[in-house]
Amino acid sequence: MSEHDTRVDAGAATSGADAATATPAVDAGSAVRPERRPRASTRRLLLTAAGLTVLAIAGTFLLDPYRNYQLALIAAYFCATAGLTLLIGLTGQLSLGHAALMAAGGYGYAITTNAATEAGIEGAARFGLGMLGAVAVSAALGLALGLAAARLRGPYLAGVTLVLVIALPAFAAVFAPVLGGDQGVRIAFDGVPEALRALIAVEQWQAWVAILVAAVCATALALVRHGRLGLRMRAGHGDETAARLAGVATGRVKVAAFAWSAVTAGAGGAVLCFVTQAVSPGAYTLAFSLLLVVAVVVGGLGSLGGAASGSAIIVLLPWAVGALTAALDLPADLGQRLNGNLAVLVFGAILIVVVAWRPAGLAGVARRAVDALARRRRPRSAAVPAGGPRPAASAPEPEASTEPEASTAPEASAPRTTEPTHIER
Amino acid sequence: MSQHRTARRLAGLGGAAGATALLLALTACSTPGAGAADTPGVTDDTVTVGTHHPLTGPAAAGYSTISAATKAYFDYVNDQGGINGRTIEYLVKDDGYNPANTQTVVRELVQEDEVFAILNGLGTPTHSAVLDYLDQNAVPDLFVASGSTSWNDPETYPMTFAFNVDYVVEGAVLAQYAADEHPGAKVCVLGQDDDFGEEFLEGVELALGVGGVAEVQEYSVSNQDVSAQIGAMQAAGCEINMLATVNGFSALAIGTAAKLGWFPMWFSSSSGGDYPTLAGFLGEAAPQLLQGFVSANYLPFGPDGEWVELFRQINDDYNGGADFDGNTVYGMSVGYLFAEALAAAGDDPTREALVAALESGDLAGNGILPLGFSKTSHAAWNGAGITIVDAGVQDFVDAAYEVEGGEVSAVDPAPVPLENAGVPAA
Repeated sequence: MSEHDTRVDAGAATSGADAATATPAVDAGSAVRPERRPRASTRRLLLTAAGLTVLAIAGTFLLDPYRNYQLALIAAYFCATAGLTLLIGLTGQLSLGHAALMAAGGYGYAITTNAATEAGIEGAARFGLGMLGAVAVSAALGLALGLAAARLRGPYLAGVTLVLVIALPAFAAVFAPVLGGDQGVRIAFDGVPEALRALIAVEQWQAWVAILVAAVCATALALVRHGRLGLRMRAGHGDETAARLAGVATGRVKVAAFAWSAVTAGAGGAVLCFVTQAVSPGAYTLAFSLLLVVAVVVGGLGSLGGAASGSAIIVLLPWAVGALTAALDLPADLGQRLNGNLAVLVFGAILIVVVAWRPAGLAGVARRAVDALARRRRPRSAAVPAGGPRPAASAPEPEASTEPEASTAPEASAPRTTEPTHIER
Repeated sequence: MSQHRTARRLAGLGGAAGATALLLALTACSTPGAGAADTPGVTDDTVTVGTHHPLTGPAAAGYSTISAATKAYFDYVNDQGGINGRTIEYLVKDDGYNPANTQTVVRELVQEDEVFAILNGLGTPTHSAVLDYLDQNAVPDLFVASGSTSWNDPETYPMTFAFNVDYVVEGAVLAQYAADEHPGAKVCVLGQDDDFGEEFLEGVELALGVGGVAEVQEYSVSNQDVSAQIGAMQAAGCEINMLATVNGFSALAIGTAAKLGWFPMWFSSSSGGDYPTLAGFLGEAAPQLLQGFVSANYLPFGPDGEWVELFRQINDDYNGGADFDGNTVYGMSVGYLFAEALAAAGDDPTREALVAALESGDLAGNGILPLGFSKTSHAAWNGAGITIVDAGVQDFVDAAYEVEGGEVSAVDPAPVPLENAGVPAA
């Protein structure tokens, strides 16, 4: 089995799809001692995740309640965008229906929680049961979608996922006795636990819960990405026929990718339901679904950090635009018209700029900046012949480390399709 | 670049941050109870209130003009010197009729803009989403723009007050009028598949008895086709169709029936019975199709009234002469009722004083019936009048009903006269 994996790994590396993470040196190590590599990187990854989580939770103390509420929203959206970015970036499957998967999680959470409330269960146990409900419902839907996804590709798959979002209000209306039609389902309020009540406000508590759930989701996704499944996803995306020849069951991998992505989206929906005490079809529109895609594209496809920054943008930008139009003191009717529409316009403009100018998104920009810094510190080791063509497999440095000014000319001749799938530094 | 080192650095950073967090917790800016003692949103010369309305999205077509009308009325009051020397600032946030957005914008109003009260938040699903939040933060939640009975629950939500006559009352008023004027007619109901339709039907059955409704049909807002429902009602031989529909679907129902060559009587709730709006949907055929159209109403909408005259003037002066319709009267009436409550709350208005003023039962409003607010009831009016369209003009007829303890009874309309040029005085 391990030998088999190594072969896939090597294939992925030479295909250039993963030049960023799988450097030849690491591969050689893994061939000799196949057991050690995953464990060491897992520990590293968990440490990073724990560090970032503590950092985020510490950050909540610096924010006022409204900012903490926004942070909770960002964390909830991050659950969904993290899954989506993995799905699109690693397997190349486009889902326009992630809002529906979030809704599935939200409804799963709301219905389970309400059942628990009736049974007299409260507090952490109720939350845990609700999350289980959310995960179960969204995983089931994700599996079903994944089965379709394994057989469809490109626009056909996008179409299927699109239908899911469009059908949501009608679905909620047909099953109104359970799903509450357009009004959705409301749940009981979950306040700050007794022990913390003197210390933190409700919004801060909600931000904590959202951050913890997002941390679990993102860590799980990072582990998937670093593990065998992630490798197979990349292999299948790079060249499906080659991957199959190498023994990767690409269909199964696609189903698994969809299921993982659905579960985290569902967890995000559950967090939203926890924070807002309600779930309704009106909250998960097609526009919102597209906004999630915008978030991962602007953030940088395949990058978890990109998904996080993309989520922050879709929460903060409408608010910033609203604050701006209010400050400009426009005529009443113009301001009213701009109020809801200007943000959408700005999103469109940002999307165009990013796709045309920096297809690797914010994550790519950050990567370039960090690499540029590193190069300044170690000028000799990073001396890449500017403009010269270089063989992909033997290049020790990721593609993004080319000189910024040299990047436009030579890259134009190379196919750019693989660039957005870079995973991380 | 070693990932390992980065991770260690991050973990170290995280640990340091955790320690900092504990320190910060002692002086945290989001610690509860750190707020100022002053009343939020009230300064020496201003009172700031906020609202959530659908300015974009599916519901905008029917309702986006309401908040502009309210704002125009406040601008008028401010130019007259304001209330107790304070001008009223009205912040309108767009929620696109999406409950998730409502959550966000209402928190923004309460926590960032620090409004004194939320005024006339629109929509049942949207406002339901912030009901608990406003209650927990003790923010007065005044005059919700929806006829759901949820807003009249002073024990659970002591800060929340309704504005619309609730759907149960509207259903009962229309059904009683039908029973009085057209005894023996076959009455049917077409309702929205949510609280709106359910509560309206409950009201109709209150007046007619459970067996009094021949046929009940439902529609969903997400499906723009009601021919199946209208067909079923025609087949059942309905003579009076009661509508618990928003304006767009009232027009759709009437138009669909006309296409089938069927012209029954139509009785509509106030939420979906605004003649100018319906005429806009139905186009040229509107005067014929809407001749004799019956609707419940409780605001001074008669074309010759002194309130309408004043509101038209304000609409021209402060709202750029926008189309004058039921939404305009509605929005300005909301503004008037708030101004009256604010005037009654005293020279130094607090949230408690505002709620006490409303519960005192001393406010009159500008409706065609006395206002019903008390300590035990947060429903604005317990009854409504009947309007009929005749030759393209919608006006009140001399009929009004009130629902008291589950009984529907006829009452005389008692319109509130216009005083002091429509600016409430303390």
